[in-house]
Amino acid sequence: MIHKTFRLIAILMMLWSAGCAFQEAPTASAADPSLNQTLTVFAAASLTGAFQEIGQAYENANPGITVRFNFAGSQILRTQIEQGALADVFASADHKNMDPLVSEKLVDDKTCQDFATNRLVIILPANNPALVESLEDLDRPGLKLILADASVPAGNYARQALKKMDLVPAFGADFSSRVLANVVSNETDVKQVVAKVELGEADAGIVYISDAVAAPELGTISIPDDLNVIATYPIAVTKDATKPAQAQAFIQFILSPQGQEILMKWGLSEVR
Amino acid sequence: MGFERGALRSMKIEWLNARQAQQEPYQVRRDGSPGWEFILPSLLLIGLIGLPVIALVWKSINVNFINFALSKSAVEALRLSLVTSVISVAIAIVTGAPLAYLQVHWKFRGKAILDLLVDLPVVLPPAVAGIALLLAFGRQGLFGSWLNKAGISLPFTTTAVIMAQLFVSAPYLVRSARVGFAAVDPQLEEAAKVEGASNWHVFRHVGLPMAGRALLTGIILTWTRALGEFGATLLFAGNFQGVTQTMPLAIYMGFEQNLGIALVLSIVLLVASVILLTLLRRLEQQSRH
Repeated sequence: MIHKTFRLIAILMMLWSAGCAFQEAPTASAADPSLNQTLTVFAAASLTGAFQEIGQAYENANPGITVRFNFAGSQILRTQIEQGALADVFASADHKNMDPLVSEKLVDDKTCQDFATNRLVIILPANNPALVESLEDLDRPGLKLILADASVPAGNYARQALKKMDLVPAFGADFSSRVLANVVSNETDVKQVVAKVELGEADAGIVYISDAVAAPELGTISIPDDLNVIATYPIAVTKDATKPAQAQAFIQFILSPQGQEILMKWGLSEVR
Repeated sequence: MGFERGALRSMKIEWLNARQAQQEPYQVRRDGSPGWEFILPSLLLIGLIGLPVIALVWKSINVNFINFALSKSAVEALRLSLVTSVISVAIAIVTGAPLAYLQVHWKFRGKAILDLLVDLPVVLPPAVAGIALLLAFGRQGLFGSWLNKAGISLPFTTTAVIMAQLFVSAPYLVRSARVGFAAVDPQLEEAAKVEGASNWHVFRHVGLPMAGRALLTGIILTWTRALGEFGATLLFAGNFQGVTQTMPLAIYMGFEQNLGIALVLSIVLLVASVILLTLLRRLEQQSRH
């Protein structure tokens, strides 16, 4: 008796779940018209604040259009697109993660262009426990410095900038190796560096200016342009874009004075 | 009512059958054996768990295993994982077994809260554990700021790795030990006390040996959990090769830059898990006889 009841329930459940699966198809096509109005943008994590504001401005200027974002490390976004994720626009934090997509013909090379630049900055906890006053203080023994891992674009740029400082006589020839000896952790992304410096666990960190702008309570020490590394951000329409014309219009909006103004507000700079 | 009694009877018969089947494991019952409505859903789950394991092993066969296994970051991660997890288990035994003994033998106000607190890390997401550890023992943490004044800074040290592992894994030992101590016949301990044995002697010569198997189970569970610890370590101890980069962290970093190292370390952890799980199974079977 119990066995039979159980069998019946099992069969009913299977029929029900099969029914649900069949039902999904018409629902999806019913939602299609509104789906057409949605623009999907894959953007580097460091663009989070700026792009959210740009998306809002774009939606206001173009009623009926919704901009949907997927923010993550450029490396992760690139892998997602390579694995077939559906995006209309891809904005990367470096060319290293954009150029392979161009050669793999996953983005439209005619639409690919640089739209912003970012620079590095030293960040300090609000109370500056190690009393860091200048770049030269970074090699002081016992200082706790956090960088992003060398595999992360920001971590790679930070190491390049330190190498440039080796050439400044006042810093000393092995400045970068003395500074790297102070590194206590290689974080998995640039936002982790910000979080740990904010908590005061480290005395200093190296991140993008846009990250520092997003965390105003942090202290900063700027790195002069000749010692800095300028990260160039490229953007492109993907090959599988469902709305290539709209995607192109969104890119134009980012390049427009209004779009550039928002980018600058978030610490990014224009392409020279 | 009649149905309930009938159901009870059939449950009892089923239970007796199951007992019989257990005693004679190779007996095949033609009647009432599970049909496709059991097999189909089971296959889905088996596939979900089994296929990724197969893919992991298959992929790793094609990489230059020895080369990656001998790379500096792999060797350092292996060494660090082994050292920290062994220390974590040792501390878990020394502190967890007495705690479990207390929980079984003492009745006091607020004991339910203590039980809850000790079990909490089992269900708490490791990322929450990491943040909590930072807020407590970080340089500007609630208690860490005092330590900092004494010149002790915990984050980004191997000690922090061990603390993170202990936080998430020690409760497994306490839980197992508690079950073990609770199963010891109180009369036996009473008898020992009447004979003039001290509390420590009763614990050492009656409680510990009789709960030995449960303790061993706890040790294995604790060890596997400590070996696999990732989230709390990343947040509290950071990521630095040779100091805080344990195997799971090296796997995560390797996934982005060097898949070979990630694969090799994954296989090492997989094999270690299988061995520990087999041991656990054997223990469970022994305790049933």
